[in-house]
This record gives sequence, structure tokens and C-alpha cells, in this order.
Amino acid sequence: MSFVDIMKFITGSLEGHRLRSVLMLSAMAIGVAAVVILTSLGEGARRYVTGEFASLGTHLIIVLPGKAETTGEGPPMFIGETPRDLTLDDSMALTRSSSIRRIAPISVGSAAVSWQEREREVPILGSTADLLEIRHWTMGQGRFLPPEDPEKAVPVCVIGAKVRDELFGSHSALGEWVRIGDRRFRVIGVLATEGRSIGIDVEELVVIPVASAQMLFNSPSLFRILIEARNRDAVGTAIEFTRNTLRERHQGEEDVTIVTQDAVLATFDRIFNALTLTVAGIATISLIVAGILIMNVMLVAITQRTTEIGLLKAIGASGRQIQTLFLTEAAVLSLIGALLGLGIGEAGSWFIGYLYPALPVGPPLWAVIAAAIIAVITGIVFGTLPARRAARLDPVQALSRR
Amino acid sequence: MINLEAIERIFKVGDQQVHALDKVYLDVPAGEYLSIMGPSGSGKSTLLNIIGLLDRPTAGRYTLDNKDVTSLTDEEQARTRRETIGFVFQFFHLVPRLTAKQNIELPLVLAGLPQNERNARSERILKATGLSERAHHRPDQLSGGQRQRVAIARATIMEPKVLLADEPTGNLDRTSGGEVIEILERLNQRGITLIIVTHDPEIGGRAGRQIHMIDGRIDTDNSRTA
Repeated sequence: MSFVDIMKFITGSLEGHRLRSVLMLSAMAIGVAAVVILTSLGEGARRYVTGEFASLGTHLIIVLPGKAETTGEGPPMFIGETPRDLTLDDSMALTRSSSIRRIAPISVGSAAVSWQEREREVPILGSTADLLEIRHWTMGQGRFLPPEDPEKAVPVCVIGAKVRDELFGSHSALGEWVRIGDRRFRVIGVLATEGRSIGIDVEELVVIPVASAQMLFNSPSLFRILIEARNRDAVGTAIEFTRNTLRERHQGEEDVTIVTQDAVLATFDRIFNALTLTVAGIATISLIVAGILIMNVMLVAITQRTTEIGLLKAIGASGRQIQTLFLTEAAVLSLIGALLGLGIGEAGSWFIGYLYPALPVGPPLWAVIAAAIIAVITGIVFGTLPARRAARLDPVQALSRR
Repeated sequence: MINLEAIERIFKVGDQQVHALDKVYLDVPAGEYLSIMGPSGSGKSTLLNIIGLLDRPTAGRYTLDNKDVTSLTDEEQARTRRETIGFVFQFFHLVPRLTAKQNIELPLVLAGLPQNERNARSERILKATGLSERAHHRPDQLSGGQRQRVAIARATIMEPKVLLADEPTGNLDRTSGGEVIEILERLNQRGITLIIVTHDPEIGGRAGRQIHMIDGRIDTDNSRTA
């Protein structure tokens, strides 16, 4: 039998049993559409999160005091080996590299902030003017810390929007003097509310010059140093420079941890890829269910078409030809179902994108291809048993029925 | 043409074995017109199915056209059915969704013949059976006699040497039954070996050679008695 004849025969038998064909098609289509929509959601979430991170600057380097290390050398020989603090001098030493564009030393603490009768306990961030650019914050009112010598303890502060609301209410905050701990600072700016920063809520923050913070908390040590490399390519050089400089300054000992934004980004990327795979796996189950439905419906179809199969055998069809006919039928149905499903899936993920414009939904290519291939394979695998049964049908018994 | 030697066919019904055919010997020369008669359950249909390679004998030897066909594979048997044997059934067994012409062409499709050759052959045979105007009708638009004529056209389009008919008039009225028998006999006159299984002594009596079966054995065979 030629391919064209097989196709004609199948088309005829599919048209002859519309309800059955529609059922099988929709089962496949739903399965494939589920895979496409779910993976595009997963992919959308991944792109959303990596996008958020990228907006923070992908060439950000974070220096933390202390060295996190796992070695197999047993307990340390010198007990009481404490890491050296990161200091403002360390931070300033780093400004000498051309691969580094901005540096923001950060010291963190908590203190009571008061204005007139109102007082609140607020996290205090000591830093420099560069912080605004590095963290991509924006100002709501006034200006950020002045770009002066970091060692100068200027008595000014920038407050978060919530802090302003709670301390000043409807009163204007700019130019007012607030008391932080035992010192007085002048409010020179308010941070914009939309500024989001992983781990820190910008709205509930007070930022003061780093030298002032060190005095306030009576400690010279920094919480961390944020470094922005000149560009992506300069990240490597900047890390190298930072490591060497700090080792020199710390008597040849490498006692800081350097993390890049890229590393964090890569971790999230991996997590969300795993998530997408999981979701795709769950959706694949619906494809298998579709396969079982195909098998079921085909078994019924073979019972209905027993006489036809018997006749085909009587007029000279071999078992193999009959098997080919039914298998091709299953494959064609799955293929059409898969194509329908891809259409529905694309439409569905477009619709989700339309409802939630912030989420960059779109099915990854691998998922689309895999869904189509799995659909056709499922159809063939689950079509095999019914097709075999048809091929082995006893023509005498098949024809004895009317 | 057809030679059966000690053919046995045993069916298992529950624990019991039923001898549908019990050591049947039969020799049918090419071009013979043979009718097989007998009561229900006498094994006449089983015999026809074995001759037509739809069923395999439990024991015995079957030679068709000088070839031992007892031990052929499924594929080879299908090929022999397609090329050497034509079947006509009581219930016609036309594929309901196909037109008369498409039904007739089915064996050619299975044999893999190209469409233009199929057209030429099916048009010739439609004309010969007087079905040209009905070529594009589906079975449910045809009368019983017309349906059986389509079935005969389908059975003969591969120009087989043997034509097997199982109660070909069993589902037809007298007039169309007579027409069908006439067509079959005309084919036999042109050299085809014709075997008809029937209940009807009037139809069976027209054959040159008549066999009566009882309980899986050939009871009388007028070629031996005469």
C-alpha cells in the first residue's frame, strides 16, 4: 500500500467516526497545550526574576568580611582566629583601580530616630553618595548624601518614605533636624517608594554618611562593600584587584568573601529552570493520560470495525498492513492533536501575557518541540497494542458477525 | 487446482473438542463448478474458510495451485489470498463509508497498484457487471442485488483462479439471487474455479459437482458416485 493510499484510507475512517476522532484530538491537544502553557509560565517567572536582578546591575561585586570555606582539614589549629574587620580605609584603597567605577562601603545598625515627640526604631545604613547609583534607587524628594570625603561625618540623613510618614505625618521633612541615637542629623532627602532592593525595604530605612554611622555605632567595621565594575568584562579584573588589595592590607591573609551579582543570578536561573522542568514533567503526565485515552478509544474502534478488518484480511491484507493502518491512524491523530495543542498553548500563554504584562511569558522552544515529539511518540506507543490486536484478529470470527 | 489431504479442524469449546472437519479429502480441478451443501454445523463453512486460507487446518495437507500452502507465513498467505482467491459473502461485507468503485478497488489498493491502473481496471469491471451508473454510490444507496454484484466485482478484480462464495444468495430475494448466480456461473464459464456453499438445494443443484457434508465429513460426492 502506498503512503497516499494509507492516508486516504485513514482520512476516510476518521471522517466516518467523527466523535471518536474529536475525542482523541482534544485529549492530545489538551495535553500539549498544558505543557506549553505551564512551561511558558515557568519560563516567564524565570525571566521575570533574572530581569529584576539584572536591573540591579549585573556587574555588581559584593565584599563580605570573613572567609566562608569548607575544607577537610579538621578543626582549626589556632583557636580564636577571628577575621579582620573590613574598614573604611580598605574601601578607599579600592578606588584606585580603573576597572572599578563606584564603591559604596556599608555599615549597618539600628537606632532610635526621633523628631519632636515621635520616636521610632529604624535600621540605619551608613554609606556614601555612590550607593544611590549602585543600588539603582531613586529620590522622592531632595537629594542623596553629598559626594564628599567619606571620612567626614557630615550630619545629614536621607530617610525612607514610611519613616517620613510615621515621623512627620503631613509635615514637610526636608530641612528638619532629627535625632538618631545621641546625634542630630538634618533630613536632606526622601527615597522614592518604588525602590525595591532584595533583602532591604527601602521605605523603612535611614541612610547617613558612613563616617557618621561609624561614630554612631562606635565601630570601625563595615558590614560589606559594594563595588560596581566599569562594565561586565571588567568584573574579573575588579575581583582580582579587590582580592589582591585586601590581602596586602590584611597582612597577606585572604579573609574576605567576594560574591558577584552574576553568581546570585545564576543560582536563581538554575532554580527556575528546575521549576520549569518540574512543571513540564507534571504536564507530560497529561500527555500520557491522553495516550491511554487514545488506546482506549482505539480498542473500542477496533471492536466496532471488526468486520471491516476481517474483510480486509479476506481480500488480501496482511497482518502487518492492518497494523500499519491503525498505527498510522494513531500517529496522524496525535500529530494533528499536537499541532492543535501547540496553537491553543501559544494562544493561552499570549493571553496570560495579556493579563499580566509584567510577566514575560513565552514557551521555551525546547518545550514546544519536546511536547510535539512526546505527543506523537505517546500516540504511537499507545496505538501499538490496539493495532497489534487488530492485526491478530481472526478473520473467520470477524466475518461471521453481520 | 485444490487438493486437500486428511484435513482436520478441531475447535475447543470449553473442555470439549469439536471436530469441525474430520479427515477430509478433496480434489478440485481447475475450472470446476462445485457446490457444498449440508445442514448447519456440518463443517461446510469451515471447509470453505480453510480453502480460502482464512483458517488453518489442525492437521492435514493443503496444496493450492501445486504449492503447499499449509505452512505459509501470515504475509505469504495474505499474498496468496490477494492474488489467487476471491471471496463473496452472504452479508456482502462492503465498507460502508466507501463508494462502490472504492470498494471494488480495495484489493488493488492493498496490492499497491497506482491510481490510473486502478481506474482502468475498476471501470472495465463496473461496466461488465452493469454497475457503471452506481459507481459513486455508497452501499446504503444500493439494493441487495447491487451490493452483491459490487462484492463479486471486488472479489474478481485481481483476476483470481478460485472464487469462493459463502451463501451468496442467502440475503437476497429470488430474482436478484438468480442474477447473482448467473454472474457467478458466467465467470466459471470463462475458466474460474467456482465453489459455492449453500443451504438451497435449488442453487446447489445447478453445479456440475455437488458435495454433501454431514458432521465434518464428505457424505456424498456426485463426481465419485456418477
